[in-house]
Order: sequence, then structure tokens, then C-alpha cells
Amino acid sequence: MTQEIRVTNYPEVLTDRPTHYCPGCHHGTAHRLVAEAITDLGLVDKSILIGSIGCSVFIYNYLSLDAIESPHGRAPAVATGVKRARPDKIVFTYQGDGDLASIGMAEIMHCANRGENITTIFVNNTVYGMTGGQMAPTTLVGQKTTTCPGGRCRENEGMPIRMTEIIASLGGVAYAERVAVNNVKNIMKAKKAVTKAFEYQTKELGFSFVEILATCPTNWHMTPLQANKRVETEMIPYFPLGNFKDVLAKEEK
Amino acid sequence: MSTPKRIFVKGNEAISRGALAAGMRCFFGYPITPQNDIPEFLSQALPEAGGEFVQAESEVAAANMLMGAAACGIRAMTSSSSPGMSLKQEAISYMAGSEIPGVIVNVSRGGPGLGDIGPSQGDYFQSVKGGGHGDYKLLVLAPGTVQEAYDLTIKAFDLAFKYRNPVLVLADAIIGQMKEPVVPWVPENRDPAEGQDWGLQGAVNRPPRLIKSLFLDDGALAGQNLKLQAKYQAMQAEVDQELFLTEDAELIVVAFGSIGRIAKSTVRKLRAQGKKVGLVRPITLFPFPSDVLLGLAKQGKRFLTIEHNMGQMVEDVRLAIRTVADSAFHAQLPGNLPTPDDFEEPILKALEG
Repeated sequence: MTQEIRVTNYPEVLTDRPTHYCPGCHHGTAHRLVAEAITDLGLVDKSILIGSIGCSVFIYNYLSLDAIESPHGRAPAVATGVKRARPDKIVFTYQGDGDLASIGMAEIMHCANRGENITTIFVNNTVYGMTGGQMAPTTLVGQKTTTCPGGRCRENEGMPIRMTEIIASLGGVAYAERVAVNNVKNIMKAKKAVTKAFEYQTKELGFSFVEILATCPTNWHMTPLQANKRVETEMIPYFPLGNFKDVLAKEEK
Repeated sequence: MSTPKRIFVKGNEAISRGALAAGMRCFFGYPITPQNDIPEFLSQALPEAGGEFVQAESEVAAANMLMGAAACGIRAMTSSSSPGMSLKQEAISYMAGSEIPGVIVNVSRGGPGLGDIGPSQGDYFQSVKGGGHGDYKLLVLAPGTVQEAYDLTIKAFDLAFKYRNPVLVLADAIIGQMKEPVVPWVPENRDPAEGQDWGLQGAVNRPPRLIKSLFLDDGALAGQNLKLQAKYQAMQAEVDQELFLTEDAELIVVAFGSIGRIAKSTVRKLRAQGKKVGLVRPITLFPFPSDVLLGLAKQGKRFLTIEHNMGQMVEDVRLAIRTVADSAFHAQLPGNLPTPDDFEEPILKALEG
């Protein structure tokens, strides 16, 4: 005889529907962390979601919030416009690594530097997922993609960009942290970081940024388990986890 | 009744003041000549009026900030000049596709490429045919005087919200940099609930709102395009033009913006010499006054289109009158500042047929 035990519920913001994400993709986990943070902080009816281009373009199907879709890479600019028009609302972008670190590099840098009081959730899976696994600015050296079939080469394509470190160096940034969601321990840490990022926005401390290292089993040509392992063995060594800026922590010292 | 107080300002300042009078809350700018007076003026005046001014990191960002602000259902604007307008087209296409009512000002200059910083009408095609990707239209208003620059900027906001569509004010370096007397006015009886029924504001006691231009479901994009086309058809009601001495004219000069203004002086001078010439100055470039031109063509009149470019609006003039007449064309070359005398010979030549 089996008994069904419900160990968790859907946070208010998260819609109860199947996602379009591939098996083993971390977007679902990242969506849930955002949904929990917004729900836990009581921000459901004052949050505005700024979507971006890539696999997460459909995030508006999964988070039940007022939302706008922005052109590729422009979410921080659109978010700036929304926040300036509605300064009393909680405004956040959700962007991938192709979107944020390549075509949208100018927008994210200046939005952060101005200290726009918004939050950016940056999901880094080292490839352009939706278009079929092309090289991203975060693709690791040696990693094979459809546009670097021989593996990313330092001499030709340069080194992968570490966004959180760059963002943390800008004056307007209140909080910058890199997390992973490849195991329960990391997920718990990631939840704290995402919640903190939104909390800092409610305190009007400036720009808050959380980079989530994520899998893309389909374009990595891996099983979900292999992909999870790759986060640990290949990604984290190059993209170290941890806090890179916290204006409140500084004050405490 | 006392005479309304007049001010003596550049077209760029008139546009800025018109936007403030219209209740603009956010402005997003970027430096480019010859429109710099607009962000410079608004960087002080808009915060003083309780609004938000942002100097964006790029034309691309400024246009996307406009999209975000206007998506909240508030009055917002960006301005630029020709090369900058090319960069803004991405966001403008998204705004048209997502039905977001922003106002965009182009104080145009010579092109192609970096061109020059003098006046030109080389952005006509870009302005009225879409400009970015996909099937869309902007309402395009072309002022011929500094007062009209003030008036049409106010009108641009009203039309943007009436149709939930981006509206372009197409001026040029002459209008932007020329000083003229302006009688400022403030529109009354604005709808306090404007934009409240669709804008982003956080989903308080209602289902979430979604503003997007992606339509992947079978038939969805076709439906969206049909909806947009119906809107563009309804915009035909907004067509506006200045008619000057057209009734008994044998030759109709068609010219817009500053060139329309200059051509009017030429027409006036030739009338004094007994020449039967008249002028149609389109004030809305989209919708285009095709019916007015066709009506005049059916009366047997001849046409000469004069533009400060190599021939763009003339295609719409010819399209409008194609069943009964044709239009000659005179190109005022970009890079040269025109005078009324420059148009005398081409008008007389066209009048002789």
C-alpha cells in the first residue's frame, strides 16, 4: 500500500502547468526559486517581470505576474524604463548568458552601473540553448558547440566571461552572487541569494544580481545526471560560487 | 481676452515644451546632432516637473527604455536624429508589435551613413514604411513651423494612446534649430484613467497582464497582423494636410515639413506674378493624404513633388494619383540649405508641362 505525501506546494506565483524545458534543464528550478522569493517576501501583486530572448522567453507562462517581453539583450533597458515609470514596483529581468553577456552586454553594464533599483537573474548554461547550442561568451575553453565544433579556442574566441565578477566591480551594484542548483545544498544557498537580491530591491539599495550556473543537457549532449556532474567538475572551477558584492555586509564590517 | 504669452524658441525646445505640456513623465535621450537641445532642455525641466530623465548608454537602450516606460501606460518619449533612428528601429518594431504607445522624435539630418548634420528628408521611407522588421506602421507627423512642432508633439501623445501605437514626429535640422515665436498651450480634460486598463502596474486583484509580440500558436501571428492592419486602416481618419491656393491652381506642388514651408513662399511669389500654382503640404505622412491628392488630380491638375532627398515621398504621390495623373519631381540635394528661389525654376518648368 502506498501513501501519497505532498512534501511541497506551488508558490503562489508559479503556475501549475508542464514547462517546455528539456529533461534535466535547470530553468525550472531557477523559476521556482524566483517564484518562492517573490511569494515569501509578499511581492506578488507589485512585481513586474521583464522577459528576454532564449529558452526562458516563455517564463511568462510559468510566473503569474504582470510581464513584458523584451528584444534580445535589452531587458535591463526595458526594466529601467519600467522602474522609472513605476518606482514603487518590484522590477526584475530573467536572462540567459547569450542574451545578457553577449548581445546585451552594454545594457546590463550600464543598468548595473547606474544602480537601477532592479534585480537581474542571470542563468548561465554556457550555450545558446534555444537556437540549438551555439557558442556563448560563457562557453568554456575546449567545450564543443555547433559554432566551435573543434572546441572553444582561447586564441580564436577568447576566454569565457565571468559576469558576476565584472558586475560586482560597478559602483551602482548592491548585491552580486554566483550560485548553482546542481544539488540540494547549492539549491538552498541559491534560494537565499535570490531572496536576498529581491529583498535588497525592496530596501532600495541599488542593483542586485544573481548568476545561476545551469545545465543544458540537450545541447551538451549529456544525460541530466552527466550534466549535473559537469556543473560541479567543469563549471564551478572556472565560475566560482559565492558572494562578490554585498553592500550591507560591508557596512557590518 | 488678453493676448496669450508668446515665447521665442528653437524647434527642439518647442518639441520639449510640447512634450511637457502633454504630460510626459519619462524621457530617454542620447546625444546626437542636431537634436541635442531636446535632452539638454529636458534633463533639467523634466525632473523639475516631477518626471524622470535618463541619458541612456545608447540609442538602442533609449528606445528600449521608452518601450518599458510606455508599457506601464504612462506618457514617455525619446528623441534622436537619423543615424540614431536606424539604431532605434529594433525597439520600434517591438513596440508596434506589442502595441505600446511611445512617442519618438527624429530631428533628421543628411545621409546615408554619417551624412552631415544639416537638414534632410532622407528618412521618409524609414519613417512611413515601417523602418524596422515586420509589417507595421507608425503614425508620422511632420511639422512645418516651430509652433507646429509644439502642437504636433502634444498631438503625438494623444494619438499614441488613442491607437496604442508608436508615433513619430519627423522634423529636420531646419525645424529643430530655427527660432520662431510660439504660443504655448496646455491640453485640457486629459483622461485620468489613460493607460490604466492595460499598462503594467503589478497584478493587484486582477489577472496578470502580458505585453508581447511573440505569437507562435497556429494562426496567432496571422490574427495579430490582421488586428494591426485594421488599426492602421482606422488611422486613415487622422489624415491632415495644409492646402494653399489649390482651388484654381493648374500645378500642385507637394512638399512636407520645412520644404513645404519654403515651397509655400515660392508659390506665394509666383502667384504675385499671376502663375496658377498651389501647394499641398502633408502634415500626416502616415496616414498619407492620398484621397486629397487624387481629388485634385481628377480636376485635371498637374503635380510637382519637391523633397530634400533623392525622391521618396514622390512614390506615394504617384501611387495616390496613378489612375489619372503623374508627378514630376525636384530633388533638393541633401547637404544644401534650400531657399524659396531654388524652387522657382523647377515649379515654372513643371507649370509649362
